[in-house]
Order: sequence, then structure tokens, then C-alpha cells
Amino acid sequence: MLLREIWYLIQKDFRLEWRQRAALSGMLLYVGSTVFVCYLSFALRGGELPVPAWNALFWIILLFTAVNAVAKGFLQESQGRLLYYYTLVQPQAVIMAKIVYNALLLLGLALAGFGLYAVVLGNPVQNMPLFLANVVLGAVGFASTLTLVSGIAAKATNSSTLMAVLGFPLMVPMLLLLIKVSKNALDGLEFDASRSSLLTLVALNLIVSAVSYLLFPFLWRS
Amino acid sequence: MKNNWWKALAAVLLLYTAVAGLLVPVPRLAILNETIRNLYFHVPMWFGMTFILIASVVYSIRYLRNPTPELDIRSHEAARTGILMGVVGLATGSIWAKYTWGTWWTNDPKLNGAAIAMLIYGAYLVLRSSFTDEQQRARISAIYNIFAFATAMPLFYILPRLTDSLHPGAGGNPAFAKYDLDDNMRLVFYPAVIGWTLLAFWLAQVASRIALLKQKVYEKQLA
Repeated sequence: MLLREIWYLIQKDFRLEWRQRAALSGMLLYVGSTVFVCYLSFALRGGELPVPAWNALFWIILLFTAVNAVAKGFLQESQGRLLYYYTLVQPQAVIMAKIVYNALLLLGLALAGFGLYAVVLGNPVQNMPLFLANVVLGAVGFASTLTLVSGIAAKATNSSTLMAVLGFPLMVPMLLLLIKVSKNALDGLEFDASRSSLLTLVALNLIVSAVSYLLFPFLWRS
Repeated sequence: MKNNWWKALAAVLLLYTAVAGLLVPVPRLAILNETIRNLYFHVPMWFGMTFILIASVVYSIRYLRNPTPELDIRSHEAARTGILMGVVGLATGSIWAKYTWGTWWTNDPKLNGAAIAMLIYGAYLVLRSSFTDEQQRARISAIYNIFAFATAMPLFYILPRLTDSLHPGAGGNPAFAKYDLDDNMRLVFYPAVIGWTLLAFWLAQVASRIALLKQKVYEKQLA
């Protein structure tokens, strides 16, 4: 029952996104132009970007993209429509569907961003499977943390500032682990070197999703 | 009176910590020297902070189950006391670092984790101030409080153990293995932890009583 509801809601989110393509293309352009601005500012200095800077820049771009992409998740939905869902489905289905949808959206954005980033700034990644697995975990992690935060921020008056203020510190533990694993992938280290960090990431994702699942019904009621 | 014994205990333990902490002999260790006495003041802050933040989360959970303004106030004041303990912990740690590592701040997972945790709880205060409706403020800040606790605690207790650093309690060490606290130090350290933790709860209790009284006065004025 819950799974069916989640499935319908995810379909609904994608259909909505597809119907108003302005938002989707806006986000793609956002990633694209950020990457290009970074490329141009480093091109001025001439020469290659050092690997640690490449890594940090990549994750910062993804972080800002994620905050912007997820922020509109709940802001977009009108009060009336939320009330309509309230009569139809369980709140848990709404939050789970949003997390899955945001994760897929962020994954798409991250991969598109990575493609462009690698084209203009070079691709120093030596362990590609590990790097991609890390990007997947990152997208899921960002989505699970930020979805509830965007729900919280949508209730307040100054939601766009609040989104950043609430979201950024909460993402730090995840971001630190992601950057660490990503550095391992860039240096071409074996999978074993990053196993404990990857497991911690998975555990963190599970904790955050579980807490969102438990708390969202209370958020929804108000 | 019979419910106030723990306040007397807090006062006695803290007095004992201040006197014994400064007078009882400590092991002579290179670099640390006499600064090791800061252990009785710096470390208990984090114990106190963790316990008072747990109390804050418990009040938040109870608020969500049974919304009353009192539980909201208690949770808010506990979180504020936690922030106070955290700030004092950062300050004492920073002074300690200056005299042992030679710098006020270093790039260390524990230090950064503590700073980020302060940012997270600062965001909690900002969130509270951005609602006008009291019930909505109480409910949503309770939700954020629980969520923040779940994501902030890994910063303290998981991440530092995965990284090597100067700070004790990192790189796989459970906190005090490096120090091998001697028996004299244990005699002061454990009471200090209990004393500071009790003080945190006392502070939170007094603060919530003031907040509750203010609310009552306000309601009287309205009526």
C-alpha cells in the first residue's frame, strides 16, 4: 500500500517536472554556468587545476546545486495541493517519494555536471567505479538530508535564507566523508581504503532517512 | 526541599573540582605540564553538553507526542544551555591548544565537529525566531531539534574516530587511552563530570522557570 503510494507520487513528481520544463532546464543551466564560471576563473591563472582543488570545487558545486534543486521541492507545491494529498495518501509516502525523486534528480544533475566539469577542467579520476558509487551515495545523502529541511524551511517566512542556514551545517558530516572518499578515488586507491567511510556514509543516509520518515508526519500536520 | 539535593550536590562537587583540581598533584607529562588540570574543566563541558542536548531532544519528542508550551520551553532552554556549554568547551579547548599545540585553532576533526555543531544549534535559534505563530514555532523547532541531533552526533562520536589527529579520542582511541589517567586524576575528573553536568541541568531548569513565569505574566497582561 505504502509502496504503491510512493510509486504514484514519484511518477507524479516526474510528470510535473516534465510538464514545466523551465525548472529542470533552469537547474541544468545553473550547474552548467557554475562549472563554466569556475573553469573561466581558473583559466585566467593558466594551467591545470591541482587535484585537491578539483575535488573541493566539484563537491561545492554539487552542494550549491543540491540546495537550490531541493529547495523548490516543497515551495513549489501550493498549500491547496498539499491539503489534497493529505486526504489521499499517508505522510510517510509523501516524504519517501520526495526523497527518492530528489535523489534521482540530484543524481542526474550531478552526472551532467560531472560530464561538463570533466570536459572543461580535465578528469583526474583514477578509480572511476568508486567515484561514481560515491556520487550516487552523495546524491542520496543530499536528498535525504535536504528534503526534510526544505519541508521545514517552507513553513517559515524567510525560507530561502533558512534553507541555506539549516541545510549547510547539517550536510557537513556527509560532505566530509564524501570528499574523503572522492579523494581516494582521485588518487586511485584500492576499494579497501575507503570501505569504512563508505559504510559510515550508508549508515548516515539510513539514519537521516529514518528520522525524516518518523518526523515528517508531525511536520505535515501543521 | 527534598527535590533539591542534586543542586547542593552540584555546588559541592564544583567547589571540590575547583579546589582539588588546582591543588591535587598531577602526573608530570612533557608539553602538557600543569595544563593537564584543564581536563577537569574542558572535557566535562562536552559531557554536560551531550547530556543536556539529549534532554532537549527528549523534551522535543515528548512535545511532539503531547504538545504543551511547557515542554517546548524546557526543550528550548535545554538547547540554549547546551550551546553555552559548547561555547565554553570551545573556549577552554582553544586556550589549552594555545599552550600545548601552540595555536588557538587547528584543522582537527574534533574541533571542526564541535564548531559545526554550534552552527547547527545556532541555526536552531534562527529557525525559532523566524516564526510568528507560537504553536507552529514549537512544533517545527522540535522537529528540527530531533533531526539536528541525529545528524550532529556522528560529528562528535563517529567521524573523529575515523581520522587521525592530535586530539585525544581520535584515530580509533576511545577518549582517554593516551592519557592513562592516574588514580589521583580520576578522583577529581569523575566528580567534575558529574558536577558540571548537574550544573547544566540546573541552569536549564532556572532558565525554563524564568521563561515560564514570563509567559504567565504575559498572559495575565493580555487577560
